[in-house]
Amino acid sequence: MPDATGLELIAQELRDRDADSVLETLHFRGKASVTVAPESIRETLEHLRGKGFKFLASLHGVDYFPEEPRFGVQYELLDMYEVDRITVKLRVPLAAPTVPTVVDRWPTADHQEREVYDMFGVVFEGHPDMRRILMPEDYEGHPQRRDFPLGGEAILFTHNEPRNPGWWQQ
Amino acid sequence: VSDVTQQGQAPSAIAGMSYRDMESSIEVAHLEHPEHDELLTLNLGPHHPATHGVLRVITTLEGEVVRDIRPVIGYVHTGIEKNCEDKPYWKVIPLVERMDYLSYYFNAFAYCGAVETLLDLEVPKRAQYLRVIHMELNRIASHLLWLATGGLDLGAMSVFWYGWKERDSILDLFEMSSGQRMHPRYFQVGGVAEDIPSGWAKKVREFTAQFPKRVDQLEDLINSNQIVLSRMRGVGAVDADSLLELGVTGPLLRAAGNPWDLRKAAPYSSYEDFQFKIPVGTVGDHYDRFRVRMAEMRESTKIVEQALDALPEGEYITSNRKYALPPRHELATSMEALIHHFKLVTEGFRVPPGEAYFPCESPRGELACFVRADGSSKPARVHMRDPSFVNLQALRPMVQDTYIADLIVALAMLDPILGGIDR
Repeated sequence: MPDATGLELIAQELRDRDADSVLETLHFRGKASVTVAPESIRETLEHLRGKGFKFLASLHGVDYFPEEPRFGVQYELLDMYEVDRITVKLRVPLAAPTVPTVVDRWPTADHQEREVYDMFGVVFEGHPDMRRILMPEDYEGHPQRRDFPLGGEAILFTHNEPRNPGWWQQ
Repeated sequence: VSDVTQQGQAPSAIAGMSYRDMESSIEVAHLEHPEHDELLTLNLGPHHPATHGVLRVITTLEGEVVRDIRPVIGYVHTGIEKNCEDKPYWKVIPLVERMDYLSYYFNAFAYCGAVETLLDLEVPKRAQYLRVIHMELNRIASHLLWLATGGLDLGAMSVFWYGWKERDSILDLFEMSSGQRMHPRYFQVGGVAEDIPSGWAKKVREFTAQFPKRVDQLEDLINSNQIVLSRMRGVGAVDADSLLELGVTGPLLRAAGNPWDLRKAAPYSSYEDFQFKIPVGTVGDHYDRFRVRMAEMRESTKIVEQALDALPEGEYITSNRKYALPPRHELATSMEALIHHFKLVTEGFRVPPGEAYFPCESPRGELACFVRADGSSKPARVHMRDPSFVNLQALRPMVQDTYIADLIVALAMLDPILGGIDR
C-alpha cells in the first residue's frame, strides 16, 4: 500500500497535471484512497496505470444518502508487481449522475459499470452497452439507492395473486 | 514453480494426426446452401444443464462456429447486497455466505475481514489457523464440484460420481466442526464461532492422508479419456495480458502462466506460515485450467496438514467482549457479560465510520468485500467483488471462432457460479 507520504506524492503529481482534479486524500487503516473530480477520472486512472497500477480489481458504487453529492463510484486499482493497492473515488450528485466511462481502456469495467448503473442509476457516458444487467430490463427504479424501500417486491407467481388466475386452462 | 507439466501427445486414431487436424481435414465446402453464410442466433439457457445454474448465453453462429456471444445474467438476483444494509453486522454473515454458494467460507471470510479492518480488530492466531483449514477444505470441495460437473459436461460420467463422493466427505467434516454442511456461519467477526470438537483433527488427517491418491485417480480418469482430452487440449487459449485486461484472476489466470495468487502475494490470515506452491500453466488452454485446479487441490491438502500440525493453542475468537459473545458460563456469574450479551444480540455492535475493501483468494479468483460503515450497527453498503461476475467477461474471447461444442467446454472450465454472479 502507498503510505501516507506516498499517497500525497501521487496526489501532488495528479495536481501538477490538472490543478482541480484531486479533491481529497485519505489514508485509512493502511489503505490509500484519493477522491478526484468525476470529469478527470479517465486521466487519473491513466496516470496511475503509468505508475504501475495496471489492474482494475473492482469498480463499485456507493450511495452516501443523505449527503450531497450523493453517489460514489470507486475504482480499486492493483499493482501486481509491487503488490500495492489504491482506491480512486469520485462523487456525483443526484441531479446529474454522469461519469465518463473507462471501459475502452479497462475492458473489465464493462459488466461492473452496468451493475453500478443498474443499482444506483449512475450513467457512464460513452459505455457501448449501457443497459441493466441484474434487474429485469423493464424494471423501474434503482434498488441499491438508500431511499429505495426494502421488501414489497411484487413477484408474478400465482400465490401472490388475490385469486387463482387459471390462465393455464384457456 | 510450475507443478503442471504437459504430458506427451495422446495417441490418436490416425498416426501423427491430432484430433483437431482430423476434424479440419473434413471437407465441408460441397455443402452449398442458400443459408450457408447466414448468421444464426441461438439461445442457450437459462435452463440448460451445461450452464451450471441459470446463465443465458445468446450465441451468434455461422454454421457451427460461434462468432459472438452475449451472456444474459440476473436470473437468480436476490438482492443480497440490499438486504445486508438492513441487518446488524453479525447477521449479515449468513446472507453473504449464500452469494457464491460453493465457497461459503470465503464469502464469510471476506466480509469478516472487511469488518475487522474497519474495527481494527485483532484475530487470535488459533482462529486464523482454523479459518485457513476450513477455507482450504472448502477450496478442495469447490474444485471437486467443478471437476464433477465439468466432467459431466464433457461426457466423463465417472468423474461426476467419484468427485461428488469425495466432496461429500469434506461436507461431513464441515458438519462435524461447524454443525452445517453448507453455509455454516462458522466465521465470526473476530474469530470463529466455536473451537473444533475433539476427534475432528484426526478425521481431517484421515481425509488428507488418502486424498492425494484420490486426486491421482480422478486425474487418471480424465487423462485416459481420449474424447475429453481432445476437447480440452489446445482449445480456448487466451493469453495472460488479455485476461488481466478483463480483470480475470484465479486458476484461469494462473493457467495462462501468471502466478498471481493473493495467498502468496499479499498473505492474509497467517498464509505466510505455510509452505505451498502456486501451480501455473504454460499454454493457457482448457487442459491447463484443468491441471492447475487439480494441482491446487494437492497444494491445499498440504496447507491443511501444516495448519493442523502447527495449530496454536489459545482463543478461537477475540476476547474483546464488545464484538464477540461472552462464553455461556460467564452469563451466570458476571453482570458485564450479561450486558455485553444483551447488547450484542439485540442491537449488535457499532462500527466506526469508514470504508474497507478486503480481498482474498477464493477458488475462482479475487473475492473481495467492500463495506462502508456509517457509525451505526448496520452496514451502509456491502458489495462483493465476485470473481465469477468478472471472469464471465472472459467467455467471449475464449469461445470466439470456435465450435459451439467448445462453448460447453469453455463454460465448464470457466467455472462460473451463478449465485455469485447475480448475488
